Amino acid sequence: MAAIAPLSAALLTVVGGAILFSSLGHNSVDAFRAFFVTPVSDLYGIGELSLKMAPILLCALGLAIGFRGNVWNIGAEGQLIVGAICGGGFALALGKIDGLWVIPAILLTGAIGGMAWASIAAVLRTRFNVNEILVTLMLTYIAGLLLSYLVYGPWRSPTGFNWPVSSDLAASARLPRLIPGTRLNLGIVMSIVFTGCAWLFLARSHLSYRMEVVGLAPRAARYAGFDEHKLVWTSLLIGGAAAGLAGAIEVSGTIGKLREVVSPGYGFAAIIVAYIGRLHPVGIFFASILMALFYVGGEQIKVTLGVPSAITGIFQGMLLFSLLMSDVLINYRLRWYHNRPIATKGNTHAVS
Amino acid sequence: MLSVDLLTAILVATLGAGTPLALAAIGELVSERAGVLNLGVEGMMLVGAAVGFVATAESESMVIGILAGMGAGIGLSLIFAFLTLTCLANQVATGLALTIFGTGTSALIGAGYTGTVLVVRDSFSIPVLSDIPVLGALLFSLEPMTYLSLVIIGGVWFFLFRSRSGLVLRGVGDAPAAAHATGMSVILIRYMAVMFGGAMAGLAGAFLSVIYTPVWVENMTAGRGWIAVALVVFASWQPLRVLAGAYLFGGVTILQFHIQGASLGIPSQFLSMLPYLATIVVLVIMSSDAMRVKLNTPASLAKPFRAEG
Repeated sequence: MAAIAPLSAALLTVVGGAILFSSLGHNSVDAFRAFFVTPVSDLYGIGELSLKMAPILLCALGLAIGFRGNVWNIGAEGQLIVGAICGGGFALALGKIDGLWVIPAILLTGAIGGMAWASIAAVLRTRFNVNEILVTLMLTYIAGLLLSYLVYGPWRSPTGFNWPVSSDLAASARLPRLIPGTRLNLGIVMSIVFTGCAWLFLARSHLSYRMEVVGLAPRAARYAGFDEHKLVWTSLLIGGAAAGLAGAIEVSGTIGKLREVVSPGYGFAAIIVAYIGRLHPVGIFFASILMALFYVGGEQIKVTLGVPSAITGIFQGMLLFSLLMSDVLINYRLRWYHNRPIATKGNTHAVS
Repeated sequence: MLSVDLLTAILVATLGAGTPLALAAIGELVSERAGVLNLGVEGMMLVGAAVGFVATAESESMVIGILAGMGAGIGLSLIFAFLTLTCLANQVATGLALTIFGTGTSALIGAGYTGTVLVVRDSFSIPVLSDIPVLGALLFSLEPMTYLSLVIIGGVWFFLFRSRSGLVLRGVGDAPAAAHATGMSVILIRYMAVMFGGAMAGLAGAFLSVIYTPVWVENMTAGRGWIAVALVVFASWQPLRVLAGAYLFGGVTILQFHIQGASLGIPSQFLSMLPYLATIVVLVIMSSDAMRVKLNTPASLAKPFRAEG
């Protein structure tokens, strides 16, 4: 049952996409193939898909844990950027130092960076009662500007022809690739391991149970004596750590240096993925594949049909819209009726 | 040192920079007063900006362009209204989806127009009166849209607190069940409030792309929609305070350009952070008193309403 709404939402989005493509003057079958099939029809394509899936999956799992407890961390994008800054900065500082500990240390630095960034929102929410939606979002803009400052200023590569990029990371600081002939790296393995951990945490820990009670029935949670502040902190720290880890993976794995843009909105896409996956690790796993497909499809269609890759954003929005709409059809029964002569007016809308 | 002329120029620029914020925030205020939290302001502004720009470029008429931007904002707000009011979807999630959708849509609409520059008309000023030193420039040579925003905000204040319909709207936001029991159509009123919010966000976006910086750049609103949402909290849901907040933020933006121009050696990125930092600081100041926030917030904000019986 739980999968009906997400599946019908995916279907609705594909139909909506076909309409969109034909309204842009493209043959919708060709466009559909270029968007959904061509990019994943060879091994390299599958590698690219998994490459994009890893950060989305990590961010979405972290966010879902918070969303269950009504902690609206929507700044995973900013936490990812700070994770990239910290992990990348640490890697740059290490230079050519080699050792088995190097890569774990870089990833850990990234995760701590993301946690630190999210903890600003946690302090403000628990100490000053400030809404975390707006704070995490403002912090995302600030993180982007911070990264821009670093790559235009102190961290700019002396050999980069004045481009806003840092020096390349040393080979010892790069995540090992998994399959020759693809760009796929260890990041996807880590994100899948994290999926398992998230499932264990959500299904088996008392802490996550308390968080869920706070989300579903805040007053009951208060009577039961659950400490709301602790839950806000847990949510934001886990979310920040996951996003920060994703940022460090992007820099150490996919990109190999710091540049002005390290993520095409993975942190925002993760919000949608968390919803489509019903805030459940298994659902999120599959939803992140779909979302990664939107990204590779968007890039493909830009090359083959010249359609702006912004179309990915439209698909993301449509997907969430159709999920929210499908939910209504599942949670409520449609009943068509004419206004009956009863005392109250105003209940003319169809959903009842 | 600051000359009188420079100071006047800064003040005039501040009012200009505050105008889109004031417009978007007053729209969101009306929507929230009716109990609907629409976090899609940023998306509606962006689509308003893109549609406004394209329509102006094609029709060569600013009025048509701005009206088209407003229409686009209303269109997007209707998606939001249908999902949250008719389908009872979660308002926070729907608003976020609207912003993501709007960001993508605006990039698609504006794609062919990056680099196009609109022909800017001569600056506007009221003859004779605008020649009065300082005051003349401040009062009589502003953007027409700034005057319009003042009229709108005054109008919203009058509507909310001096008219019966405004009382009904506030009632719907505070106690929808009671309003429903007295025969008000809660859903219809909320639809109209959300549409007003969309119109204002579209207007604010179109003002940005057609008049304020007459070029189209992807993501050109740069978080102004979100700052507008924060401004409503800052203003404690009071229309006239929205104006004060908008000009405060306009001032921060303009100050940033002037510090940059003074070449004090502060990297531009840090100066660009100022509006976002200011938003956080303002939110901290306004929210720390939990009781006051509770008293000011419309009682049914973001809670779905379903008519029983």
